[in-house]
Amino acid sequence: MNAETAWRVHPQVSVRPESFGALLYHFGTRKLSFLKDRTLLAIVEALGDAPSARAACEAVGVSAASQPKYLQALETLAASHMIEERTA
Amino acid sequence: MTIAFPTEAPPRPARLVDHFERGLDAPICLTWELTYACNLSCVHCLSSSGRRDPRELSTAECKAVFDELERMQVFYVNIGGGEPTVRSDFWELLEYATAHHVGVKFSTNGVKITPDAAAALAANDYVDVQISLDGATPEVNDAIRGPRSYETALRAMANLRDAGMKGFKLSVVCTRTNIGQLDEFKAIADEYGAQLRLTRLRPSGRGADVWDELHPTQAQQRELYDWLVAHGDEVLTGDSFFHLSAYGQALPGLNLCGAGRVVCLIDPIGDVYACPFAIHDEFLAGSVRDDGGFAEVWRHSELFTRLREPQSGGACTSCQFFDTCKGGCMAAKFFTGLPLDGPDPECVQGYGEQELAKRKNTGGGIPLPSGDHSHRTSPPRPRDGMGPVSVTIRRRDDIQAPPVSACAESPLAGFAATLTPRESGAEGHHQEGTRTTLA
Repeated sequence: MNAETAWRVHPQVSVRPESFGALLYHFGTRKLSFLKDRTLLAIVEALGDAPSARAACEAVGVSAASQPKYLQALETLAASHMIEERTA
Repeated sequence: MTIAFPTEAPPRPARLVDHFERGLDAPICLTWELTYACNLSCVHCLSSSGRRDPRELSTAECKAVFDELERMQVFYVNIGGGEPTVRSDFWELLEYATAHHVGVKFSTNGVKITPDAAAALAANDYVDVQISLDGATPEVNDAIRGPRSYETALRAMANLRDAGMKGFKLSVVCTRTNIGQLDEFKAIADEYGAQLRLTRLRPSGRGADVWDELHPTQAQQRELYDWLVAHGDEVLTGDSFFHLSAYGQALPGLNLCGAGRVVCLIDPIGDVYACPFAIHDEFLAGSVRDDGGFAEVWRHSELFTRLREPQSGGACTSCQFFDTCKGGCMAAKFFTGLPLDGPDPECVQGYGEQELAKRKNTGGGIPLPSGDHSHRTSPPRPRDGMGPVSVTIRRRDDIQAPPVSACAESPLAGFAATLTPRESGAEGHHQEGTRTTLA
């Protein structure tokens, strides 16, 4: 995935916050995914308004050192179509 | 006396499965049996369905439950029955749920999946259909699900395929008579563009009556496990077979009993049970008709709270496979009369069979289902030890005359004592007069 482009949660995906992070359900693929922490949830929620995935990480205060871990998690979500690229 | 509390918070659990064991704010999905009415009388029906219950939730009550599920962000419900499509408001409820962002996957024997219905289903992204079939041939299927049910299911699948519905489910309960047909089931699913879903036979409802004859043998369980490992992600299992993980490699899925933690069941009259396979008072947590509705039952019922506490594995804790098998299925244990903290009756290590043998020796009782909505005209269900009952019909010598009831003599029988003498006389006179006229 390209961390420098704009992304969003797939319109057919529903996000439900939970104590440990969140549950994601894709009504198109009928697949369930999990966000294992609240920071990742905040990033996912920030994607739609940020100019890039990296900017979304920065917007919720993820340090440069922690970014690779979260970008990796976003990559997994992109692979299962939970998030998709949008035109900025 | 003072009790010292640890000052530090307990370590955060690392695995998702640990979070799930403590329960979620709302179920991930839930099973909702919309009606006990059914056109079939499958011998292994989990909910002993057949006849509609007169207390069934009304259309308005069902819609209110969907509203609540939307507020709780329950992604989807598994609707079953009975045969849900025989409810006259079924399509209306389906429309309502999906318009309120609650996805619906419903199980059907296919009886109402006409070409028109199939076209409507194919056009709705939030609906998934699950066609039940328990034999890859009519002989095997119809012996369990009833005459011509194979034909009905395949016609429904053809209608769905022709309407362009992709990836609907072909749902099979694995039994002693169909484990040898797994490849054939897969071929049928592929032919219709469906996905195969295999689930476990539970000794629940009428399933308890046939479990001894129909549950897979140990050798068949192994065959099933190997097949599941080989076909991995192509096949869905609803996390049914986590007890088979004790053969070695864990199967894909959560491998957890989700009862009251991530799943539950709403029955046709609105009662909420911890487990989709245990419609029994023991697992009844409350009702959607109670104050606070479904959310209150899910979040605060005594039963669900108890199920979310760490469970004791009892005799199983010392087994090296306990971490993946977790002692197996609560409902399977309960309805075969085994203790809930012991092995599953189908434990692949053989511990369940030992327990079952012990239970039979001590004559331990098996809990009966709390309700039975079977058709009274169902094909005879298997019973053991009952032969023909001999009856002698003859005249009773102690009765000399036909019975005469009091009311045949006086229409006021039984009422006279409560009336005042004057009124009594007047009434009696009037009635006498009437009788004379009629005579």
